[in-house]
Parts: sequence; C-alpha cells; structure tokens
Amino acid sequence: MSILDRPSSSDLSGGGMTRRQAWGLFWLLAAALVAWLVFAVWPEWLNAILISKKAFVSAILNGVTLAGLYFLVASGFTLIFGLMRNVNLAHGSLYLLGAYIGYEVANRTGYWLLGVAAGFIVLAAVGVVMQVFVFRRLEGDDLRQTLVSIGISIVAADVMLAVWAGGTYQIAVPEWLDGALTLPVITAVRSNGASVFLTYPLYRLVVLAAAIVIGVGLWLMLNKTRVGMMIRAGVDDRAMLSASGVNVHAVFAIVFAVGAGLAGFAGVVGGSALSVAPGEDIRYLLASLVVVIVGGMGSISGAAIGALLIGLAEQIGLIYFPTYGIVLTFVIMVVALAIRPQGIMGKAR
Amino acid sequence: MRIHRRTLLALALATGLTAPSLALAADDTIKIGLLATFEGPFTVLGEDGERGAMTAVEEIGGKVAGKTIEIVKGSSDASPDSAVRAARKLVEQDGVKVLVGPLSGDEGLAVKDYAKTQPTVTFINGTSAAQDTTLRNPAENFFRFSTDGAQWMAGLGTYAFNDKGYKKVATVAEDYSFPYTQVFGFMAEFCKAGGKVPSKSWVPIGNKDYSSVIAAIPDDVDAIYVALGGADAVNFLTQYQQSGGTAPLIGGSITVDQTVLTSKGKLRDVLIGTPAAGPTADTNGSPSWTKFVEQYKKQPGAFPSPSLFAHGYYVNMKAALLGLEQAGGDVSDGGAKLRDALSKLSFDTPTGKVSLDKNRNAIADMFLTEVTEGADGNLLNKLVKVVSQVNQTLGIPEDEFMKLGAVNRDNPSCP
Amino acid sequence: MSLTIAAQDAAPQQTWLEKLGPGHIVLAVALVLYPLVASDFFLTQIGGYSLIFGMLALSLMMLAGYGGMVSLAQITVAGIAAYAIAILGNNNSNVLGFGWPWWLAAPFAVLAAAVASALIGWISVRTEGIYTIMITLAIATATYYFAQQNYAIFNGHSGYAGIHAPSFWGVNWRDPKAFYYLCLGFAVLSYAAILYGARSTFGLTLQAIRDNPRRMRALGYDVTAHKVFAWFLAGIIAGLAGVLLVWFNGRVSPGTIGVDAAIDVLIIAVIGGLRHPIGPFFGALVVVLMQTFAIDIVGAERFNTLIGLVFLVIVFVSPDGILGLWGRIKPHLAQESLRSGP
Repeated sequence: MSILDRPSSSDLSGGGMTRRQAWGLFWLLAAALVAWLVFAVWPEWLNAILISKKAFVSAILNGVTLAGLYFLVASGFTLIFGLMRNVNLAHGSLYLLGAYIGYEVANRTGYWLLGVAAGFIVLAAVGVVMQVFVFRRLEGDDLRQTLVSIGISIVAADVMLAVWAGGTYQIAVPEWLDGALTLPVITAVRSNGASVFLTYPLYRLVVLAAAIVIGVGLWLMLNKTRVGMMIRAGVDDRAMLSASGVNVHAVFAIVFAVGAGLAGFAGVVGGSALSVAPGEDIRYLLASLVVVIVGGMGSISGAAIGALLIGLAEQIGLIYFPTYGIVLTFVIMVVALAIRPQGIMGKAR
Repeated sequence: MRIHRRTLLALALATGLTAPSLALAADDTIKIGLLATFEGPFTVLGEDGERGAMTAVEEIGGKVAGKTIEIVKGSSDASPDSAVRAARKLVEQDGVKVLVGPLSGDEGLAVKDYAKTQPTVTFINGTSAAQDTTLRNPAENFFRFSTDGAQWMAGLGTYAFNDKGYKKVATVAEDYSFPYTQVFGFMAEFCKAGGKVPSKSWVPIGNKDYSSVIAAIPDDVDAIYVALGGADAVNFLTQYQQSGGTAPLIGGSITVDQTVLTSKGKLRDVLIGTPAAGPTADTNGSPSWTKFVEQYKKQPGAFPSPSLFAHGYYVNMKAALLGLEQAGGDVSDGGAKLRDALSKLSFDTPTGKVSLDKNRNAIADMFLTEVTEGADGNLLNKLVKVVSQVNQTLGIPEDEFMKLGAVNRDNPSCP
Repeated sequence: MSLTIAAQDAAPQQTWLEKLGPGHIVLAVALVLYPLVASDFFLTQIGGYSLIFGMLALSLMMLAGYGGMVSLAQITVAGIAAYAIAILGNNNSNVLGFGWPWWLAAPFAVLAAAVASALIGWISVRTEGIYTIMITLAIATATYYFAQQNYAIFNGHSGYAGIHAPSFWGVNWRDPKAFYYLCLGFAVLSYAAILYGARSTFGLTLQAIRDNPRRMRALGYDVTAHKVFAWFLAGIIAGLAGVLLVWFNGRVSPGTIGVDAAIDVLIIAVIGGLRHPIGPFFGALVVVLMQTFAIDIVGAERFNTLIGLVFLVIVFVSPDGILGLWGRIKPHLAQESLRSGP
C-alpha cells in the first residue's frame, strides 16, 4: 500500500552509499506519513482540506496502479533506449496495437488471458520485425531512427483508425477479476458508530500486482541470466560487448521483443482497465517519455520511480487541481532536468 | 549547382500553382459544401453526418428547382483551425455559395466568425451545438436548424427534480464549451426547480481514468449528472461500476447513445433507469421518424439507427434544399433570396416542426428519454416525454436569460 | 561583412548580383510576380500558408542543421507569439485583449516567443543529442494541455477569435495580395538572415559546437550560451511565423499548437530537406498542397497514411534533404555515442 512496496529493482547506476541512505530515510518518512494518512481516521480539518479521506486514499491508490501501467509501457521504452540509443517514438503505437489485438483475441475466443498472451506475443514479433527490417538498417544513426519511428507511428495510427474505426473498445475483464474489493481502510465513521470501509476495484490491484511481478521478473532477467548480463554490459559499453564476441544483433532483437511485447501486454491490461480508442498511442508515448526523462534513460529502476512520480502526480492533480494537473507532471519533469539532466537514476554519458 | 536545379523546380511548381479558381459553376448545377470531420478521432461521427445530409439530398432526387445539386466535401479534424481552412477551401477555391457544417461546437464558433467575412455565402450549421454560435454576436448569414446543447437538455432538470425526486446532484463533464452548455441546460432547470449541485467535476479533455474523480464525488448526492460521450462515457460508467458506485445517473445528450448502450459488460446494471434528453429518441414511433430511419438506412454503412449527427446534418441539409427551392435555385444575387427564404422557413422534420428565431437558431421539439431493457434484452432509450418547441432561451424571457451570462465552468452555480 | 566574405572564400570582386546567384534571382522574380497569375485562394491558402510554415520549418532547420538540435517545439514557440497577439491586441472572446496597437503588440509577441524559445532551449541543451527531440516533444505537449486547461491566460479549449491583421499605409494587410507580400517579405528576411548568419562568427561557432562541443568548450567557448542564443534566434523566426499565422487565421486555439501540428513542422522540414535554408519552404509547399487537395484526389480519410509514407520514404531513401543534416551531424553523433556492429 505504501510507496515502498515497489519492486526494488536493479540499480544500473550505482550511486554512493551515503546519498542512498539519505534518500532511504526520506522515503521511510514519506512512507510513514502515507501510512498514517491511509490508516488513521481523519480529523475533520484534514477532511476539509483534502475533500475526503476516500478521495485522497483513492487518488493515492489510483496513482500507484496507474504507475504500474506506466511502468509496463516505459520499461520497454527505456530498455530499448538504454541498449540501442534508439528513441522509439512508435512505442505508443505498439501499446495501442497490442490493445486492439488483445481485444480481438479475447473477444473471439472468450478467454481474456489468451488476449493478454496474444498482445505480448504478437507485439514481441512486431518488435523483432521492426528491429531487424527497419532499425538495424539505420544502426548508429540516432536521428534517422527517431525520424523513422515518427513516420511509423503516423502511418500506424492511421492504419489502425482505418481497421478499427474511431470507436471505443472495451476489453471485458473476466468475472473473477471484476468487481470491487473492500479494503481494511476506514474512510469515515457513521454517526451510529459503524465504520465505512474503502472499496476499490479488484482489477486495478491486479494490474499493480502484474506490474510488480513483471518488474521483479525484469530485474531477475537482467541480473541473474546470461542474456541479462549481456544487456547490462551493452547498456554500459556497447562497443566492448560486441568486441567480446557476443552476437549483439541477437541481444538487440531480444530486447526489442521484450520491450515491444511489454508495450503490447500493457495495451491489453490497460485497455481492460480503461478502454481502447485512437489517441491512446500518443498518450502513452508521452507518459513513457516523461517517465523516462524523469527516471533516467536506460534504467529500469528509474522507470519505476518515474512512473510512480508521474502516476501519483497525475491522479492527485486530477482531483485537487484538475485544471493544472498536467502542469504538475511538467513541473516534475523540468525540476528533474534542472537538477539531474540525465534523470533520477540515469547515468551521465 | 544544386540551388539552380531547385529554382527550376520551383518555377515549374509556381506555374502549376496559378490555376485560377473555377468558382463559376455551370448554370444548371448548385454547389453545396458539406463540411464534416472526415479525419481524426471524430471520423465515424462525420461520416454519419454525411449519411444524414445525403439522405436529404436523395429524398429530393438530387435536384432543386430544376438544377442538379453537387455536393463538395470539406474535411476537418474537429479543430477550429482545420474547420476554417476547409471552409475557406470550399468557399474560395471550390466556389460554393451554400455550406452545410461543421460538426462540433468550437468549430461552429470559428466558422461563424469566418461567415462574417463572406457575406455572400450562406452558412447552415451541421451539428455544432455551442450556444454562442447564434446567441451572442451572431453572423447574419449563419443559420442553425439544429438546436444547441442547452436546448437538448430541455425538460431534464425538472424531470429529475419532480419525477425522480433528486434534490442534490453532482455533475461530471469534460472541460470545454459543449459540456459547459449541456450542464448549463440541465442546471438552469434543475436549480430553478429547487435542486442543489454541490459538486461539479470538470475532467480535462483526453483523460481516460475517472476513478479518482469518482472517489471525489460526495457520498451524499442523490444522483450524478454525466455529460460525457463515447469512449469517455464508457470509461466513466465502467469505472463507476467497478468502484461499487450506487448513486443513480442522469445522462447528457451523448452519454447514453447506442454506442454506449450496446457495449458489453456490467455497464447495463448502472444504466437502466437513467434519464437523458436530446434532439432524437430511439423509440420515437412517429411515422415521419420511421420514414426517416428507412431512408437513412439506404445509405452505405448506415448504423441501425441514425445518430444525432445524421439527424442534425439531415435537418440542416433539408432546410438548405427547401430554402433553395423557395429561392428558385437562384444564388446569383449573393444569396439574399435564399437567406430571406431560410429565415422564414418553417418545416416538418422527422422530429417535429422546426422554425428559426431572430438569431437564426432553431426552435424545435426535444425528447426526454429513459434507459430501459427492450424485449430482446437490449438496452434502449425509451421515449418518456416530448418537450415541444424549445427555444434557445429555454422558455426563459430573453433579457432574463442573457443575465445568466455566458456558460463557463462556474456558471450556473447552485451549491 | 568581412567575415562573411572570408568564410565564403569567394572572389572579393563579385558584384552583389553575382553573389546572389541566378537561382535566387529567378526565384525572387517568380515569387514577386506570382500574384499576377494566382487566384486569391492560391495566394493565401497555398502561398501565404506555405511561407508561414516554411518559416517555422526554417527555424527548425536552423537549430537542427547548424546546431544539431532537433526541436519539436517550434509550433509551440509560434503559438506563444500568436497567443500574445490575441492577448495584447484585440480579440472578440471577452477575455483579456489589452488593445495594444499592432506596432507594439507584434514586436512584443515576437520577443515573448524568442524568450520562450530560449527557455525551452535552456532546458533542453542540458542534455545532448537525441534527448532534445524527446524533451521538446514533452514541452510542446505540456504547453498544449496547459493552454487547453487554462482560462485565465489562454481561454481554454476555445482559445481566441476575432483577431485582425493591422491596416496601415492605406493597406489592409489581410487582403490576399498584401498578405502574400507580407509573408513573402518576412520569409525572405528570415531566409537571408539564416544565409548570412550561417557564415557569421556566431554561425560558424555554432556549427563548430555542433561538430565537437568538447573541443569548443576546451577552447574557452561557452557552449551552453551559444546554443541558447541559437534558440533565441530561432524563436524570433518562429515568433514572426506565429504572428503571421494568427493574422492569417484570425484565431488561435490549443488545436493550433497540438502534437499533430508539432510533428507537421518536423515533417515539412525533413521532406523539404535540411541541408539548405530553402528546403523548408519547398517542404511546406509540398505538404500544404497535399493537405489541401488530398480530399479531392485520395479522400481525406487516409491522408495521414500518405504523408507518413512519403515521410518514411524520404527518411529511408535519404535524398539530399535529410542527407545534408545527416552528413553534418553524423560525426558529432558518432563521437557522442559509440557505434557498434559492422
């Protein structure tokens, strides 16, 4: 429930210990404050300031679950950048395509999980195709790769509009994931002494759990497997990796498959929580951009931190100052850039 | 000498760029511009608007006063800039003297401003429904035979207060002019009847995640008025259902249309019994509506039932054709005869009689509906009541109505 | 001036006509005589509009070509000038509108745009290379959303309408011919400024920084200041384009500065070619013609597929436009990020 529940994922940058301890203390205090806010019964004045406890706690929960979704999308983006210096501005299109494919499969077969799997597998394949047939041909040329990815996103958006029209699709969540869950959090006490507990959509908690599991999975893959070792080595020094006899193209293809597959996976999962419609590609591309700029390029832990910051900022902004919620996100980005141009967990290159 | 080659290319292009506009149509045809969203996220709506307009054209066999009607399409992406660009092309390049469109509210305001610079061209609305397109600072040559977003709400506020017994209502709507107008139309009546609106949530455009907004709605409201359309309505309703919401809903004109009612999932549980109001009703049994639906369905790609956009474009195109008929198909006088005929025009549409007020805005019947389960298990909007001949000031005397001020986030207010 | 000639390494005895070159003269004559043959629609909707977007793309070309900084925020900068005109001058939206005369509002609007551009530059030059494109995209989008949500300054989703181009010297500058010449005048001015500026001390320093920032820093140049000043200059051109754009449209709203528009400017610049300052104007002409007449030829529905494919082909096949930029910043990028593989 608290911020510290995030996966402690790989720290690719390796900062100093004392600095980390200071941050640890800061986060501990923040977590204690949040825990108090969540579990205590609020005094009247606090309710007056923050609308209601229900609104506040829901916003925090929504922020964290949204962060889970953002993390899923952004982790692929940041991995691809970290290894290949490839700013794939078609990443949002991968998300949307995954969502549409998930919808089609889930709708036709009747199995939601099949849709999720299809979203991952098909998009992983699309990612490999993009890497092999498009980006590999422009290797070492960041600008053209980026321009090509913009072109792909324009064409992809229009083709998807042609195929699925402008309608809204909702991927039906299976029965066992649907409905609201009563959480052991008291939001108010009625005059007769009965406590009112917070209800929260079960599915959103599942999204969060999925994000955590995948975050841990990615961490394990990067830190405990041979491929992960190669990827980390590639992030640090690509030339040296290829010089040591590793087939970098195979590593690139794997990373692109995982990154694109995660975007597709997130598309299905996110499309079930919200809905699938044109324009979502840009939305998630921008979310990934900001998350990665804030968190640091090429860092999975940075993506987690960035996603958490942006998700919380978005949801808290939405209810407390809806007019300027988007500006809060922007301010976070500018502040991050001003203090650490390479992002919170990024490494200066 | 690269530049030199480019210069030659430029010259070649420049000579190709001088084609004078072929504005003069042949004597036996009348060009009508049709401006709708044929690109961007509203493509589906724009295409249905086109179906409505073409239904009207085909009804009269494509001829008016012995002259053939030629439809020239113009496309916008729902942004005001693109609407004006498309209107300019239709008027200045294609030489249309009559233009039907645009589709959405801010486009309408922009095209109205443009209309003022083209006094010899007659502009007739598509489905844009912002109040100030005709209410404040109107253009002499802009006509709206469809109604505005506040008119669409006629009868709903009173119905919610008196018949449904809701005393306290929260509103949720997107943060721009059309929802402001809808909320205004609802609250004008609801507050007057004695209702209270303690909380208004304006959700930024493009937001898909309503769960925090839902959590911030006070627990003690009797109902929630929701003016969201399409994807946003589906998102809101799903998340409302997922969060275990129990308060009944009241719908805006585009909240509970067929696209929302046909979506799968548990939405239906929260939808049944939702009252709403708008310029059309699915279960309108009147012969003229049934006939219109039959005609409409002949269009390629038609929906089972014409959308609000097909209806609006139909009514406005129909008015344009009737006006042209009365003017003898003659627009050579700068359209004066046509505009004279239009301002006096009163005709029967599939949804009842329509005439214009002094600002050239329609006075028409509105339909109060309620979501019910049909015999086949599908949800549909059952017609509850026809509110007849609603004018733009919602029956309130004009000076009193103008005192309410222009619609915005905070107006009206009755916490 | 002496520097220019030295840099050009040209014969000092050239007359100004020779220096101008036959290409420019023919082009100038054609552009000046264009109104004699073109209809009003072609003058403004094609001619004026292409020149305005050409200027926008030119400001991008300047940053990308000479500074190695690809910006997606040029339309945002132009939008700031456009909004400034609406706010400082007159509009009919009943919000703000200080009623300043055009000769005060317009320079102020351009200055505001230039300062905003410098700010954007300052934020984005803190990082290098390909980051710029991401950061400017994020800034452009944030500005778009902010304008859409803010009523106090930007009048929200509706924006401002009823903005008129000035009339002076007995000319209404929104009349087709006058407006065309106005756009042409500013476009030529910007074009000449870039041509001249590229060979000035500043221009050469900027290009040297693009090619090797480390060496320039070691030589004692303030790399950041030079880059930010380049953004400021680009902001002046984009701001001028923004002023012309708002006079042309008579209105400005968040849609004017949306993500699509931001990407359009990049497409124009890339399609036109970034090697020479004339490229953006050609790109603008091609894209505006396609945008205007696609509905008559292929239908508006699949227009974006068409333009996206054209864009992809150009980036891939790499004709001189993109090649110019590529050839110039390749050494820089190759140094910044090590290449790998064969």
